[in-house]
This record gives sequence, C-alpha cells and structure tokens, in this order.
Amino acid sequence: MAKVPVQFTLNGSEKAEFVEGGTTLLHALRDKIGDTSPKGGCHQGTCGACSVIIDGELKLSCLTLAETCGGTDIRTTSGLAEAGVLHPLQRAFLDAFATQCGFCTPGMIMAAKVLLDHTPNPSRDEVVEALSGNICRCTGYEPIIQAVLTAARANSQNAA
Amino acid sequence: MAIRRGRGVAAINYPTGMNLGGDPTQALVHSTPTGNFMVTLSSVDLGQGLKQIMAQICAETIGVPTDRVIIDTADTDTGPHCMGTFASRGTHRAGNAVIQAAKEARQVMLEVAAEELEVNASDLETDGEGNILVKGAPQKSISIFDVALSAHFKRGRSISGRGMFLIPRSYPEKETGAMKPSTCYAHACTVAEVEVDDETGEVTVLTVKNIFEIGRALNPRMVEQQLVGGSWMGISHALYETTEPYYPNRDHGGTDFNQYLMPGPGDLAETEIIVLERPSADGPYGAKGPGEMCANPQIPAVANAVFDAVGVRIDTLPITPERILRALKAQSAN
Ligand code: FES
Ligand code: FES
Repeated sequence: MAKVPVQFTLNGSEKAEFVEGGTTLLHALRDKIGDTSPKGGCHQGTCGACSVIIDGELKLSCLTLAETCGGTDIRTTSGLAEAGVLHPLQRAFLDAFATQCGFCTPGMIMAAKVLLDHTPNPSRDEVVEALSGNICRCTGYEPIIQAVLTAARANSQNAA
Repeated sequence: MAIRRGRGVAAINYPTGMNLGGDPTQALVHSTPTGNFMVTLSSVDLGQGLKQIMAQICAETIGVPTDRVIIDTADTDTGPHCMGTFASRGTHRAGNAVIQAAKEARQVMLEVAAEELEVNASDLETDGEGNILVKGAPQKSISIFDVALSAHFKRGRSISGRGMFLIPRSYPEKETGAMKPSTCYAHACTVAEVEVDDETGEVTVLTVKNIFEIGRALNPRMVEQQLVGGSWMGISHALYETTEPYYPNRDHGGTDFNQYLMPGPGDLAETEIIVLERPSADGPYGAKGPGEMCANPQIPAVANAVFDAVGVRIDTLPITPERILRALKAQSAN
C-alpha cells in the first residue's frame, strides 16, 4: 500500500513520517517515532492506556488514524516534565503511590490533564467521571483519584 | 421488592510461597569499584515493588544507604536461579537470599577495611551512611568508596557474596498425611456491608473493612498501596470477574474489557485498611508475603453479606445478579 506523509507537532517538536494507510496513531508514535509513553492495552478503545491529547482534546490513539493527524498538536505523558521538573500531576501520582505496574499511568495522567485544563478545581465526582474510560488492574483507583485531587489543589495554590 | 442490607465477615490465613518440590531463590551481590552494591536476581518486579524492597534489605544488611544499591532483575537466562514471582513469595524468598549474599559481601568489605585501618575486622562497624568506623573510636574511619577502590585496585579482593534460600520439600507422613506445606502464614479479616436489590439481583458493596497481619511492613506505604489495590481486586473477584461464567461451558466468556467486567472508579466501596505487624520467625527482617492474600478475604465476606441480606447462599463465583435471582427463585419455590 502506498505510504502517506504526515506532519504534526509532538510535545512541541515537529515530526514528519511516512505511514501506511490505516496505521494507528498509537503504532506511529510507539514504533515509528519512538515515544512509548502511550500504551497499547486493548487496541480497540476499551482501556484508555493509549490516551493522548490532540489539539487539547483527549483521544484514544489506538482508534485514531495517523494520517488524519496532519497539522495537529499532539501531547503525550513523555512531554510533561519541563527541564527535568515533573509536572504536578506526575509529582502527585508519585506522592500518592498511585502507580504500581505503571501500565495505565500515562493514560490516566493524560485524562487527568485534560480534566484539569478545563476544570482546575474538579469535584471528586468530576475526577471519577474523567477517569472512567481508563482501566487499572493494580491500584483500586482510590490512590489515582486522590492524586488528581492533590494535583488540582497544588495548581490552584500556585495560581493564587 | 426491596433493597436489602447485609453484613458479612470472613477471616483467612494464607501461606507465603509454595512447597511442591522445594522452593528456592538465589541471589548474588557484588560491589562496583566505587562502592555501590549490585544485586543480581531472576525474581521479577511486576509493579509490587520488589526492586525497592530488595534494595532496602541489601542496604540494611551491608550497612549503606538504600540509594547505593542497584537491583538487576534483567535476565532469567543469566541470573541466579529463582522459582519466580508468584505465590506471595518474592519478598520472603528473595529477601532471605539477599540477606545471606549481603552478609558475605559485608564480611569481605570489613576485612578490606580492616587491612586499610590496621585493625581487626571484628572491631569495625558501619554507620549506615557509607562509612566504616572503629567501634568506640569513630574518628578512625574509612569510607566504603575508598574500601571498594582499595579492594579493586590494591588488594585484589572481590567484595561479593552468594545467597540462597530454600524451603525444602516436605513429604506427607505415611500414617497421618501430616506435612508442612508452608513455614510462614499471613492473616486477614474483612467485614463487608452490601445492599442487594432483590428485584434485579444487583449487589452494591457499601463498605469493606480489612485488617491484615503481614509480618513486618518493610515499606509501609508500598504495603498500603498493595492492600488497597488488593481489597478492590477481592471485590472484583467476588462480584464481577470471570472468563467462564457458565463453567465448564465456555460460552459467554468475556473477550474484551466491554464484557470482562471489573468495578471502575465510580464503583468503589468505602475501604478501610488496618495493618498488624507481627514479625515472622523466618522472614527477611520479619516480613511475610501479603501479595495474593490481600485479595482473598473480601470474597467470602461479600458472599456472607449477600446471605445476610437476602438469605441465599451463592457458592459459585462471581456472585452475579443472575445467580442471585435464580437462588431467590429457588428459595421461594421451596
Ligand atoms: S489501547 Fe486504546 S483504548 Fe486500549
Ligand atoms: S498501575 Fe498497573 S494498571 Fe494501573
């Protein structure tokens, strides 16, 4: 099959790739570009581990075709830390022991980031709703919910 | 038709590791030229924190800070033998092997330090911060960094140790069948409160109160995170998860996350965890294996709570609305 060129911004830097028609963004990110932070848990839109942010919106990269991403701004968990300083969400996940095997963590953090970008002071119910498309085998979710609430408080204190 | 409340309790004991044909784990420890310590294992960290715990155990035994220890679990082809990470055995088996290896390495380290300081090795102690001191005369000291350099470049010694932990196979006595399947047991008790809708058969778990007796908690925060996740998983096993809902018939098994159900972040019961520490006799620094045990007591506790709520005994897992409704129907037919 003919390859198609696609260009987008990944965590602030320009990327250009030739992909086969039908290639998922998940596959392009992990196996062509080498950003392995999005995980493939199910490849069919049911686990959330592959979540990325495209033009500010939460998307499942396993259900997004790479060729449709031309000109977009894509963010993944590997781009969150700035100059070696962890993003408040990453810090909060560590402090709350909200990660064990870590497979769900990048997707959880992406989902939480989109929530906090739109709703800086979410209620517990809003956090639960935002995470409800993401599956975790290990933590029982409560530490993750607590981490997101803590990150939200840290953000609002910095803003104040 | 009504929502009915019930409360159930269950207590368990749970063996650490298994004992079919003997249960060994081995470990190797060696120092780098700059006095860091490398632990080589074939045991695997699945996210439960084995690397952190082994680093703590090695550091405690040798007498160095934890960040001076590097854990290598890279390769089961080339590493020392381990039966594996399962049966709640990782901390207990690998931890004991690491202690033995670290003790031998510590002895060589002290011998090299003794030569450098011109004293007896038995007169030396570690300060836990990377130095070796003469007991009673701490002004006379040498850093472990310098000891390692000396061992490597001057004295030609390998600061290293071999560790082995084996629970030997236990054979049943011919007359009585008595045997020792395990040397170490963790314990737990759970009280679960549920609501059962006797029209739909749906169960909502309101609260789960767990108490776990796990030997010594070598890293209390990591123990807690495992117990919280385990308690959730126990509820999941009790009410949701199965690949074969009509076993032995394989039909209708969930094939993806839309059908293979687990409680999500919106379905959490109010959960309480209490840890009791009663150090075990043969565990590394008193530890036992809390890994699998922590997801067990919730299951019979929920089954008992369902019985308390609607008076039917569900003896097949998971306790689905369908099973409850069928049991209620059978009950009212009698
Ligand atoms: S891998 Fe995309 S939702 Fe599971
Ligand atoms: S930490 Fe293992 S799946 Fe969430």
